[in-house]
Amino acid sequence: MVDVLFFAELQDAAGSNKVSLEANGLTLTELKKNLVSTYELNSLDKAMIAVNEEYAQNDVVLQTGDVVAFIPPVSGG
Amino acid sequence: MNKKFWITDKPINIDECIEKVVRPDAGAVNTFIGTVREFTKGKRTLYLEYQAYVPMAEKMLRQIGEEIREKWTDADTVIAHRTGHLDISDVAVVIAVSTPHRNDAFEASRYAIERIKEMVPIWKKEHWEDGTKWIGNQKENTSYHEGIPNEEEMRNG
Repeated sequence: MVDVLFFAELQDAAGSNKVSLEANGLTLTELKKNLVSTYELNSLDKAMIAVNEEYAQNDVVLQTGDVVAFIPPVSGG
Repeated sequence: MNKKFWITDKPINIDECIEKVVRPDAGAVNTFIGTVREFTKGKRTLYLEYQAYVPMAEKMLRQIGEEIREKWTDADTVIAHRTGHLDISDVAVVIAVSTPHRNDAFEASRYAIERIKEMVPIWKKEHWEDGTKWIGNQKENTSYHEGIPNEEEMRNG
């Protein structure tokens, strides 16, 4: 299982801050495609992605226990 | 408390941030304090709500501290950012940098706030009289196409 975290506008759109799903062996691109169709998260493409609290590229392959976070454009400060 | 980079849902003690960077070999302490603005382009903000991915945000703040240390070798940096409900004029972020000489302290604290706005996972939600909105991408010419913002984008942003 992989935990997927949503924040800010994505959290509102998904209706949840966290989902757990089978994503072992998927790339981030594939995970994103699945999430877009399941949750209709069209703004997912604008988000950066972090795996285990580090920014990651789309070709990263997921493993059991990974924590994926979708980071919409940030607005701290 | 020895933490130098943290996210908190409580008011930030500015003096505490400054005290953490004051030291004998520093001749300058520069602080940046980000506060909640009431009017943006004529529109009245009632209050803001900040959300953070706390463990990663603290890690990214630490990374900014390391980047500053690489650019300004003798700099000592503290960054605190608040989350939750913030009213007008509440303090959202405090940056304190000490360096031997003033120019580096000014430059490094500017670097820190720009970098925060670029890559630290913190978001603010505007609450207006007629609605709400999560704000994103305040640096409008920044591209997220590569997924990861880099320092060059930050400087050009």
